[in-house]
Amino acid sequence: MKFKALTAVAALMLTSTVAVAGGADDDSLVINGDIEIVTKTAAPAHLDGHLDEIISGWHFRDNETQAMEMDDFDNPGMIFVDQARETWATVDGSEGKSCASCHGEPEDMAGVKAVYPKWNEGAGEVRTLVMQINDCRTTRMGADAWKYDGGDTTAMEALLASVSRGMPVNVAIDGPAAATWEKGKELYYTRTGILDLSCASCHEQNYGNYIRADHLSQGQINGFPAYRLKNAKLNGAHNRFKGCVRDTRAETYKEGSPEFIALELYVASRGNGLSVEGPSVRN
Amino acid sequence: MASGVKPRVKVPKSASAGEVITIKSLISHPMESGQRKDGSGNIIPRSIINRFTCEYNGQSVIDITLEPAISTNPYFQFDATVPEAGEFKFTWYDDDGSVYEDTKKVSV
Amino acid sequence: MEFTRRETLAIGAGAALMTVLPFRANASADDAIAAFTGGAAMADTGVELGAPEIAENGNTVPIDVSAPGASAILVLAAGNPTPGVATFNFGPLAGDQTASTRIRLAGTQDVIAVAKLADGTFARASKTVKVTIGGCGG
Repeated sequence: MKFKALTAVAALMLTSTVAVAGGADDDSLVINGDIEIVTKTAAPAHLDGHLDEIISGWHFRDNETQAMEMDDFDNPGMIFVDQARETWATVDGSEGKSCASCHGEPEDMAGVKAVYPKWNEGAGEVRTLVMQINDCRTTRMGADAWKYDGGDTTAMEALLASVSRGMPVNVAIDGPAAATWEKGKELYYTRTGILDLSCASCHEQNYGNYIRADHLSQGQINGFPAYRLKNAKLNGAHNRFKGCVRDTRAETYKEGSPEFIALELYVASRGNGLSVEGPSVRN
Repeated sequence: MASGVKPRVKVPKSASAGEVITIKSLISHPMESGQRKDGSGNIIPRSIINRFTCEYNGQSVIDITLEPAISTNPYFQFDATVPEAGEFKFTWYDDDGSVYEDTKKVSV
Repeated sequence: MEFTRRETLAIGAGAALMTVLPFRANASADDAIAAFTGGAAMADTGVELGAPEIAENGNTVPIDVSAPGASAILVLAAGNPTPGVATFNFGPLAGDQTASTRIRLAGTQDVIAVAKLADGTFARASKTVKVTIGGCGG
């Protein structure tokens, strides 16, 4: 059976520690010489000892890739942040408003990205930042919703992340968000797919090791949206989740699906304490 | 014209006369190499930025010929001498005939 | 787990493929160099080429070149479908003859830099960059 072969090879590759030196490196990340990013810190209590230390994906990339994130003029993701700044100030929709009409400057949104996804009382649901952006667009601006994983959306999310850089991720996991959080946690630890892997299989049990030629990180999303060298554009967290699930050879979920909303809340909470780092540069 | 093409250039705002400064330039552009195929198997034609120039007060600093092997969102870092106050002019030339420009002033 | 011989061979071949795939040097790289130098000899000092030993991702590989006093530096990727990468021509207001950029490499190969120096002679440097087929890239 072909799939047994794949599983065997996958298992071989995962357990092999013969590959090049594993763990995260010791460098420190300061962007533009003045934004200090916390990239390693104590694991939040809810992780129950599964991890002692949480580590940003930045540490698992090579020196050249790390350098690309240290200056906003080296970071290609910032071109898209610039584009989003223009969009921010541009009127769109039947109400004749731009984002700036209500929200002022993008810098006034500092702190917002750090607490998303979060419970929205009026809507009675956990919302991701993308959902909230589209809610503003449709109900307050009278504009069309953007595609969940579209270029406009990801650039805007990156703009909002960029003004929160250096602030600690702090998503709430209790209160009305708790049920969604539990669902995300369950998804994180459930093995799926022909390769029978859960998020934890790679990102909790094998971070620092290599799967084929990829240096496995802890799968933190404090750096999202991420500019990936592989596709030379910004990528949102749901897009990455979709690829990961597909790579376990399971039927994957859609961006914006309830599964990924729950997963985003849970995965974000695993990074509580790391700094918001987006737009980051990853492979 | 390729859509959404946006330059982003880092130039210090001031320098001393004769100082050598570092310039970083980025521009968003897909740099379609001409190697990829679309869903039907047809080659997507090449469409790249093929030349980048930087001039200061009309004199050439650098003139780069780009081939399809330059990555999407072309990036260049290089050094320039600033003999007196003036203006940098950055120009990117697209295969499709479009020309993108950006300027940055420097005081001395 | 039990495998048939056929499956074992397939896994072995698959595993071998999963590692680095080297590319043979491209003859047209030599043509491009000849066009740039006019067939002149190239010294092996005078130009430096910085490139990672292993590329994080073949789609975006940072490189830098430096050739004090040069008027131009030609960069080629010997294993790409077309070897041309860039030609850096330095003008009178260049602060020095250095440049950095990011390039695409289709597979493991030599990246070559040829500089035309101030005295009209040529210099050449090259580096082998390993480009791996990734992991679970998503």
